[in-house]
Amino acid sequence: MTPAPVTNDALREFVQNLKAVPRRVYETTFRGGPPTTDRTRSTFVFGNVFLHLHSVRTHRRSLRWTTTLGLGLMSLAAFLLTLITGVMLMFYYKPFPEAAYDSIKDIHFVVPTGRLIRNIHRWAANVMVVTVILHMARAFYTAAYRKPREYNWLIGMGLLVVTLGLSFTGYLLPWDQLAYWAITIGANIAQSPREVTDALGITENFDPGGLQRLLLLGSDTVGAEALIRFYLLHVMILPLALAALMAVHFWRIRKDGGIVRPAGADARLAKTRQDYTYPVFTEAPNKTYHLAAIVRGKTSAVGRGPENTVPSMPHLFYAELGVLMFTFLVCIALALVSDAPLKELANPSVPENPAKAPWYFLGLQEMVSFSAFMGGIGIPTIVLLGLALIPYLDRETEGTGEWFGGPGGWPLVRLSAVIGLCAPLLIETFAIRFGWLREWFPNIPQLVVTLINPATILTTVYALYSIWCVKRYQSARAGALGLFTCFLCGFLVLTIIGTYFRGPNWVFYWSPSDWPEH
Amino acid sequence: MTLTSKPERSRLDPDPIPRRDWLGLSSLWAMAGALVFALLGLLKLPKAAVLASPSKKFKITLPETLPVGEAYVPPGRSVAVYKGADGIYAVSTICTHLGCVVKPNPEGFECPCHGSRFLPDGAVSRGPAPQPLPWLKVSISGGALTIDEGATVPPGTKVQA
Repeated sequence: MTPAPVTNDALREFVQNLKAVPRRVYETTFRGGPPTTDRTRSTFVFGNVFLHLHSVRTHRRSLRWTTTLGLGLMSLAAFLLTLITGVMLMFYYKPFPEAAYDSIKDIHFVVPTGRLIRNIHRWAANVMVVTVILHMARAFYTAAYRKPREYNWLIGMGLLVVTLGLSFTGYLLPWDQLAYWAITIGANIAQSPREVTDALGITENFDPGGLQRLLLLGSDTVGAEALIRFYLLHVMILPLALAALMAVHFWRIRKDGGIVRPAGADARLAKTRQDYTYPVFTEAPNKTYHLAAIVRGKTSAVGRGPENTVPSMPHLFYAELGVLMFTFLVCIALALVSDAPLKELANPSVPENPAKAPWYFLGLQEMVSFSAFMGGIGIPTIVLLGLALIPYLDRETEGTGEWFGGPGGWPLVRLSAVIGLCAPLLIETFAIRFGWLREWFPNIPQLVVTLINPATILTTVYALYSIWCVKRYQSARAGALGLFTCFLCGFLVLTIIGTYFRGPNWVFYWSPSDWPEH
Repeated sequence: MTLTSKPERSRLDPDPIPRRDWLGLSSLWAMAGALVFALLGLLKLPKAAVLASPSKKFKITLPETLPVGEAYVPPGRSVAVYKGADGIYAVSTICTHLGCVVKPNPEGFECPCHGSRFLPDGAVSRGPAPQPLPWLKVSISGGALTIDEGATVPPGTKVQA
């Protein structure tokens, strides 16, 4: 065989290819080209693994800020912030009782940017709790839980529980006084079924409370085993659970037809300006005009996107970017003006006085100050069950997608808010002024106190009121509106009392300046 | 009732369930069962079999000057020791409500977390605590007291010095 004649062709081509590398890398990364036509805007969405969870086109109503207030996305933004800052904190945090407190101190005072990172982590976690609760309220008040979204409502409740679990497990990690006593109280709430089993005298044979506490702490005292368990939950188990639930949650939004909207949304939108929408029959290069060509005049879709939709790129993504940036801005601003707290090193023989849980658990703490089991396990379980049942009991269609939609509407919500605020205020005032059963009858059996205390009475009042709503308006939705509004108001009142009006020994004080020296 | 004997099936007739399907299905279900049992067994993992907690027994000597009826709290322990006219006794200071450490005072004990109050003998006087504070086992050998936080005794059990 004769060797090929020596030319420079291959070499020239090689050099050309080399020169073209940056351009080709760009072209193969952004395959669709700039999103300037409907087709490339579509490719922009479904050609991208992170964006393709969105639909290619978005309904115009879903983009109005009053539709969702962006609350779900704010929760996601706050979660992303906690995820990023959390991983950064893991560089320095040491999950051992001897080292944990010092490592948090190092992060706060020594590690470059550590203080800001920790503050952002703490504030983003707080923002996430707020936005998750508000997002649930939005989904409830717009009746977004109705068919076919029942399942996603349940997933959302799972997300709420995991979010609160993440906040609580994170609370322990600094191993300061606040952390140590919060976890002691938390573990004993897990043990509180003993309040009932003890009263029935069956604890020796049946002790779910003791088992729960043992599983949580890994020991019979709060120590290294408990810290490593809470660390594992906080950085691994719960975030993974949250990520899995979030994936299902977002995917179900697509599968359930996007953001909920009222049946007449399209008719109402048609009256408004048309020039927001990008027409489908425009310069899209591969679009065939076969049908249009044989029809005289314009088809009904010319000049208007189908079903009142606009391309997700740019409309939806710019809106989402705005919400993400707004949330980041809020969290970082809060982190700059307010430091995350760090009390003294944990001291197992002297509790903080008062020992307060994080603010979103202070309503619970107020309830456990009447009965550990009912306040810590019984009533939260009833509330979660009640919330989970709402989509299965309300099978109506009136008012879906409307704010405060359904029989009764806004006036009913207003009335429920008044009752929801007054009931806990009255019951608390009575209990604070006159005491409760144990003060009047010192030998009263514990089961009576467990069953009849301010927290259970409040729950009963709310339940009876919502049954009255069902009867009054002949509608399960009205009952749900009453119950959910009461639940939010009760949460608010109890949280405020626990935060601002409870001092040392959990005694009522009008102001922290009245607290005695101790 | 008459027994009707089934006609003997020819080996050429197809099985009611084809043999391969039967083998496949039974192995599938066997695997599922094994997995379920394995998972149930693994669930025991987080339940600690040995509790790595410090000894609950400890020795102390009471201060000579401890007045009658005043609590002595050994450092680092959640116990209040009393010297009465008729003997020595120890009351646990771990609140039976949610495990905070109660503070002894002349009227008894008060809990900082949720406002439970106890009488000097440990009985609940107000607040959410479901049980009285337990009395702990005290034994005297020589001049030292041994207190066992893991062993409770009926209220009123006092030990003579």
